[in-house]
Amino acid sequence: MNAGTLSPPVAARDPKGWLVAPALIFIVALFIYPFAYGLVLSFQPMNGGGLWANYVAFFTDTSMWPTILVTLKLAVPATLINVGVSIPVAFALRRNSPYQKLVTTLLVIPVTLGTVLIADGMLTYFGPNGWFPQALQGLHLYTNEVRLTHNYWGVLISLIVSGFPFAFLLTLSYVTGIDPTLASAAATLGASPWQQFLRIYLPLLVPGLTMAACLSFVQAFSVFPSAVLLGAPAGPTRVMSIAAAEAAFENYDYSLASAIAMVMGFVQLLVVAGMLGARRFFYSGPVTGGKG
Amino acid sequence: MTTDHHVTQAWPASAKPQTQAGQTEDDSAGRNRGVQPGKAVKQRTPLAERIWKVLVWGAMVFFLLNVLLLIATVAVNSVGTRWFGTLLPQGFTLHWYAQAWSDFQLASVLWVTVEVVGAVVILSVLLGVPAAYALARVQFPGKRFAVLVFLLPLMVPPVTYGIPMATVMYKVGLAGTLPGVILANLVPALPFVILVMTPFIEQIDPNLEAAARIFGANTFRYFRYVLLPLLVPGMLAAGLLVLVRTIGMFELTFFTAGPGTQTLVVALYYAVFSTGVRAPQSIDAMAMIYMAITLVWVLIALQFVSPTQIVSRVKEQKR
Repeated sequence: MNAGTLSPPVAARDPKGWLVAPALIFIVALFIYPFAYGLVLSFQPMNGGGLWANYVAFFTDTSMWPTILVTLKLAVPATLINVGVSIPVAFALRRNSPYQKLVTTLLVIPVTLGTVLIADGMLTYFGPNGWFPQALQGLHLYTNEVRLTHNYWGVLISLIVSGFPFAFLLTLSYVTGIDPTLASAAATLGASPWQQFLRIYLPLLVPGLTMAACLSFVQAFSVFPSAVLLGAPAGPTRVMSIAAAEAAFENYDYSLASAIAMVMGFVQLLVVAGMLGARRFFYSGPVTGGKG
Repeated sequence: MTTDHHVTQAWPASAKPQTQAGQTEDDSAGRNRGVQPGKAVKQRTPLAERIWKVLVWGAMVFFLLNVLLLIATVAVNSVGTRWFGTLLPQGFTLHWYAQAWSDFQLASVLWVTVEVVGAVVILSVLLGVPAAYALARVQFPGKRFAVLVFLLPLMVPPVTYGIPMATVMYKVGLAGTLPGVILANLVPALPFVILVMTPFIEQIDPNLEAAARIFGANTFRYFRYVLLPLLVPGMLAAGLLVLVRTIGMFELTFFTAGPGTQTLVVALYYAVFSTGVRAPQSIDAMAMIYMAITLVWVLIALQFVSPTQIVSRVKEQKR
């Protein structure tokens, strides 16, 4: 598409550039166009009303606008836990050892199995008669009734089970990308491991960690299957994606559903932009740290 | 890597002689004084380091143990007879698998899954490799725009763009059909192939083409006998990654599939969603079939790619 329309007066253009056209046309047709279509559709409410009727409806309906808060209440703690725990664990495993290989291989399993299977397993494992509550009560760690499914905690745990390996593998790839000789130079000058982490690794990690946090957040914010299966989709875990799917596939109001999807994308954009802005505020330096 | 090992062995060595009895100071004290390197080294105690290490490893082991037990629960339940409030079921049986097979029409669901995944892998490689070649080798106007367009489907989560996409598909009558499901799954798969293949093609020496031309190869022969053999390992890795990700891709298939075009994940979702209609053991038997298929392909994929590549497009750093 673009390769043709923007042709500048370059004399000998390599025709091999056209090889990108089929893929580009496909993504424009199935990603860019639907997005634009959804955006336009969201301003054409199904039941009439003004241009903004869908958005007004979303932000005034008490079954709609609180979904933003519910989703944030799940996604923000999940992101903080996943990325926060990933940093020390990735740091401990930064050397290329058999442990690193074993742990990364094991952690790939929950990621590839996906949220549906994790939700199915969690319903039994964390359910009232599952192994986890049995173990807690058997060890007398918690004697009251353990309720970890069909509520907020079930969804949060599922976000950690599938999100932590993701954040960890990303963080690990950033940590291993940092030249270890930088740390050994600091050690020669008397830096303790903690200082090496704080003064050498952390500044170089900030760009990567911001990226990992953004991707983790966006993933957690679009939680869908586990919020339905493990949560209480009618109340405490009625996240934005549930509201959008309900509007589209139960009420067939694609216009409202598109509006909700657009609000969802906008909130994600806002948080990601906020994180990237915060990085710039706290840290200015090379965007790509590490080698050389 | 060798230098790093060298240093780590040096830490305890340099810290030990300075340790005295009663100097087990709080770890935070050492941290706060981290500005003066000379002093902080003295306050650093191996005990704090050991506690920290135990904490980190403890968290990791706790997490992995729970994940493995979670999977084991599904496995045990799928072969158990009656399981209620005890450690293990009362008896074991395999008949849930037979029941799941007929309950959920797994034969047709599996066939749909094979068709969708196969088509997505083949089409994404066929469309993605030429695009990656162009991005790796040729400078053309609008290249930055093209890269951005390919990055977006990987950054925006499927739920956000899946609903407008499903809306368009319902409008043109593609929703619920097999081609519709395949096209929907291609949206994240194609950019993934492109972003895996571009650095792979970049590292193939461009002088090879000149050499082949000098020896009289035309474009087809250059492609067939020089470029293609060099591309195969990258295509294999990209194809396997797309395969593993497509088997588990839930949202897009869920939004676009009809009753006859459900893949295994979507069928599993509906089964778990309507728990109570079918026996939970039967659902777990289906989950085990899904898990077995996924894990076999993950194990095959791990022979060719690193675990990090399954998660994201981040390039594995050279060690």
